[in-house]
Amino acid sequence: MSGTTGLKRTPLNKVHRDMGARMVEFAGWDMPVYYSGVIAEHLAVREKAGLFDVSHMGEIEVKGEDSLSFLQRLTPNDVAKLTPGKIHYNALLYPEGTFVDDLLIYCLGEKHYLLVVNAANTDKDYQWIVEHKEGRVEVINRSPEYVQVAIQGPEAEGILAKLVDVPLGDIRYYRFIRGKVIGVEAIISRTGYTGEDGFELYFSPQYAEKVWYALMEAGKDKGLIPAGLGARDTLRLEAKMALYGNDIDRTTTAIEADLAWIVKIDKGDFIGRDVLARQLKEGVSRKLIGFEMLGREVARHGYPVLIGGKEVGKVTSGSYAPYLKKNIGLAYLPIESTEVGTEFSVLVRNKEARAKVVPTPFYKRKK
Amino acid sequence: MMNDGGEKMYPKDYLYTKDHEWVKVDGDIGTVGITDYAQHELGDVVYVELPNVGDKFRAGESFATVESVKAVSEVYAPVSGEVVEVNETLADHPEKVNEDPYGEGWFVKLKIEVKEELDDLFDAARYEAYIKEEKGE
Repeated sequence: MSGTTGLKRTPLNKVHRDMGARMVEFAGWDMPVYYSGVIAEHLAVREKAGLFDVSHMGEIEVKGEDSLSFLQRLTPNDVAKLTPGKIHYNALLYPEGTFVDDLLIYCLGEKHYLLVVNAANTDKDYQWIVEHKEGRVEVINRSPEYVQVAIQGPEAEGILAKLVDVPLGDIRYYRFIRGKVIGVEAIISRTGYTGEDGFELYFSPQYAEKVWYALMEAGKDKGLIPAGLGARDTLRLEAKMALYGNDIDRTTTAIEADLAWIVKIDKGDFIGRDVLARQLKEGVSRKLIGFEMLGREVARHGYPVLIGGKEVGKVTSGSYAPYLKKNIGLAYLPIESTEVGTEFSVLVRNKEARAKVVPTPFYKRKK
Repeated sequence: MMNDGGEKMYPKDYLYTKDHEWVKVDGDIGTVGITDYAQHELGDVVYVELPNVGDKFRAGESFATVESVKAVSEVYAPVSGEVVEVNETLADHPEKVNEDPYGEGWFVKLKIEVKEELDDLFDAARYEAYIKEEKGE
């Protein structure tokens, strides 16, 4: 189990090991997959709170006189809608309308943005952005300068409130403020990848352990437990949040991925616009849907999807869903088979296991 | 996880395979399951696909599949034999594999065909040493 040589480590690596985490390689990083168990951690986030180290995520700063027009051209969502303190979900697309990556854009100030990207794609994204640079913009990979910690769950606000000097209640979903967490300057954003209320904190790596332990201590009597990438994956799947490399990649367009809501065709030209405009007008031949297994089998990433005995696609994400207590997944299906209720098969160990299309998200929290 | 590496993790009267199955022999019947190490490696078990009574397996052949939240693994027969009983409890309580891998989390009982095959298996001390090696301790 010592195959971690050469892997990148977050500033919290020692903490994870001290807390007994089971470590795995993820996107070139040595990361905790779980501490107590995926199910316990998943349920803690749905019912109480969980603390995640997500420092592997990349942060790329874009600023300068032409930064807005540059990002408008580079991404499908309308960056002009972002005022300082706002965040939105967006993407980097190829001219084919397929994904370089999906990301969050934080508007740090006038003509000043922070792009939060997938760990596995940070270098690729940075290069892509630099290659397409237009006008007076500066692009800086800030990833090593941030540790990122996510506290997620219904108790997250109450726990974090004990440690900050700002009123968290004022931060709406997909907004952020700058504040201090036990005196450490941080970006405090009401975002997450779990389908639950919660916050993501970005701050200087030198304070990583101090802030982590302060949060754990503050959450001790509220049921806060550390949570790993295993629970992060099952939580995001229940909330039907796409995972790059599984559900979206270079071969899938934003429309096929059911992400038309981030495609603002009327905002002006952007990379991928022609293809996406055509797909919006003429329709697509396949679409990402959510499904539920009818039996006990677990569908997993890469398993073939069959209709009438013929392979029509692959499962992109699949897992046991700990909160819903069902086996769920995502797959691209031919458009004529995407209606809710449509039954099909997933090939599980050479046997056809039945599944049906269900509405998504699988899980939606009560407001 | 927090154990002393003793009786709880490697019961003395069990035999073990390199693939982390165990067998406890009583006459010509062997009860088979997966070890504490295996359940910990897998994480939370959510489904166990068991064979039918009457199915026959050769030593080393896959006879069951375990699905955890994160992974799917095959379980191999430690010895050749015919399935005489399966643990029906696992259908509704797959978590027993995690909670009590050497007890309530058993998989099947096999009528052992070739007793000599038992000689190829590890005893508790050998298995413990093997695990330590695998963990790189």
